[in-house]
Order: sequence, then structure tokens, then C-alpha cells
Amino acid sequence: MSNHPAHGPSSPSEIGPTPEEAAHYRRHARLYLVVGAVLLAGTALTVAASYINFGSMAANIKVALLIATVKASLVALVFMHLKEEKKPIYQVVGVTALFAAGLILLSVLAFFDHIYL
Amino acid sequence: MMTSDMEIPYAVKARPDTGLWNAKVGIWLFLASEVMLFGGLFSGYIFLRLGAAPGHWPRGLLNVPVGTMNTAILISSSVSVVFAWASLKLRQFRAYQLYMLFTIVCGVLFLTVKLGYEYPAKFNHFGAYIRQSALPKYEAYLGNAHLAARGLEPRIEITGHLENREALTNPRIADYEIQVDETNADPSSPENDRPHFWQRPLSDKVVKVAKEDVEFASMFVPRHSSFFATYFTITGLHGLHVLAGVLVFCYYLLPVSAALYRKDPEHFANRVEVAGLFWHFVDLVWIFVFPIFYLL
Repeated sequence: MSNHPAHGPSSPSEIGPTPEEAAHYRRHARLYLVVGAVLLAGTALTVAASYINFGSMAANIKVALLIATVKASLVALVFMHLKEEKKPIYQVVGVTALFAAGLILLSVLAFFDHIYL
Repeated sequence: MMTSDMEIPYAVKARPDTGLWNAKVGIWLFLASEVMLFGGLFSGYIFLRLGAAPGHWPRGLLNVPVGTMNTAILISSSVSVVFAWASLKLRQFRAYQLYMLFTIVCGVLFLTVKLGYEYPAKFNHFGAYIRQSALPKYEAYLGNAHLAARGLEPRIEITGHLENREALTNPRIADYEIQVDETNADPSSPENDRPHFWQRPLSDKVVKVAKEDVEFASMFVPRHSSFFATYFTITGLHGLHVLAGVLVFCYYLLPVSAALYRKDPEHFANRVEVAGLFWHFVDLVWIFVFPIFYLL
């Protein structure tokens, strides 16, 4: 992880990638293609699932949001390299996720709050 | 020349305390602020949708095949932008240029579909919300007895193409003449209980709706409903992000960028990486925008 060529001490910039680095990026390229294909399939799945009656609107919303969350995680982990990052980035992302969840929760709590003055 | 004195530190080498080159930390802090920006808007969407009275949150008003195509375009561009970055790492500048060009074409295509087709199609569509007291009068176009029997939300709007557009501005015109959508033409058909994947053409029925029976009527613009207000706000802001990404990517194809690549390819690869991170974030937002507006 820590010797990931993108972040580690880089070779002098005039020199190209070492053979190991080149193999590393080629492996990554294949992974990117696979994830891209999975994301496209996930899109088709979301559309198809929205025309299936899961019993209630709420159930359909849950299914769609579940698929969307999986797709978003793939983008963040693979395309945005979050599966192999340095600690400060995880700290930033973690705090942001916490506050964003609070932001969403505020709306939901406000709606279910029945204390009227 | 002063340039060597003004060199920005840690553009390539990792800063000892963070273990990262600076732009990487910078873009993630920026993306954190972006999450809060879009998060606030999504939170507003949830609040408005939870609070919508029965029949006031429309479904099936957006073109699903077109939205699906735009989703695929955006995902493809996300793949091509990581390929552009990987090409730089492999020192294949020609391949980089081609992947970058493909990414830009995808971004432009996405915006063209949105601004050239989707938005105008909505601006030219019309809807009239019927007053509570007048609902029985228009039952033939609303089918509420059928919907109630099926346990579905009531239908309180008649939509379609407004034949006499001057009715919007001229108070002396007493009726809206609407060439109605299929849903209003045959509202009690089980076919119309749920939205369809393919958008259906208008029916050939023209319905006269008296203005005095109308609670509120407008074209499908932000003021039409909470649905369209949030739709245009969130997709509009998202579209601005796509535009910003395209502009940055265009800069990366200019000779000034090729010069940076020749001088310091790692520095240039890092620039492309942070712009790519922004682009993936824009894609990530769309992954949520698409289902909540088009499908649910």
C-alpha cells in the first residue's frame, strides 16, 4: 500500500516508469475497465428494478438507493483511489461523511418531529 | 527569471508531515466542501418529498431512456479520465491526448443532451393542478375512483401540450386547451398506474380546463412544483460542474500543458489526477441524481 508508485518517492521525472510500475498501471487499467462495466450494468439494474413492484414505494426507494450506494462506493474506492490512500485523506473523508450524514438526518428528524408549539 | 524561486513546493514530492503532494490534500478538502454543498440540496429534496401532500410528488415526467444514456456517457468518461492519467504514468502522451479528448466529448455530449433536449422538452410541457372542489368534474381525465380502488395516490394534475399558450398571460381567456398526455386521456387504464420506460407520445385528445377550476398551472419550469424546483436546481448545479470539468480538461490539451508534460511529466500527471478526482465526484453525484429524479 505505502509503496504505491503514485504516492511514494517518485523516480526522477525525466525517466519513465520502471517495469514494475508499468505493470502496476496496466493491472490498474484492467481493473478500471471491469469497474466501468460493472457501473454500466448497475445502471441497467437500477432502471430495471424501478419497474418492478417491490410492494411499496418505500421498498423501491430502498432498492434503488442500495444499488446507487454500491455504485458510488466503487467510484470512490477504485476510480478515486480511496482503497489505497494516506491517512490525512481518510480523516478528511471521514469527518465529511459524518457531517453529511448529519445534514441528511436533520431533514428526516425535522419531518418526524411532532412537537408543535 | 524568478520562476525557480517561485516554484510551488511539494507538487510532486510528498510533504513529510502529510505523506502526500499538496494538490491531493487540496482537492480532497475542496471535495469535502462539495459534499456539503450537494448534501444540503439532497437534504432539501428529502424534506420536500417527505412533506409533499398526496399526488403532489409527480413520477414519470422525465425521459428515462435519455437519462439512462446520459448516465452511461458520464460513466464512460470516468473510465476514460483514469485511462488518461494512467497513460501519463506510462509516458504515453499520444494515448493520453486521445483519452482526454474522448472525456471532453462525453462531457459536451452530456451537456448537449441536457440543455439541447431535456430542459427544452420540459419548458414546452404544461400542467394544471385541479382545485379540490373541481376534481369530480374532471374525473374522466383523472381516474381517481380507479386509483383509490387500487390504493394508489390520487391524480390531481392534467398535463400535456398547451394549445393556446396565450392563455398563460391573457386573463380574458377562460380556458386552457390542453392536448393531454396518455395518462390523462385514459386515466383508468391499469396501463397508466405506473410510469413507463419509453416516453409515450401525446394522445390526440384536447381537453378544455376552465381557469376557475385550476389551483395552479404553469409550464414544467422550477415554479411548477417542488419536484421541478429541486430537479432544475440540483441538475443545473451538477451541469455547471460538468462544464467546469470540461473547461479544465480543455486546458490540459493546450500546448501549455504539453510543455509542462515535457518539463515535468509527474507534475502534469498529478494535475490530471486531481482534475480526475473532481470528475469522478461529479459522476458520483449523478449516480444518486439519476434514480431519485428519473426513476423513483
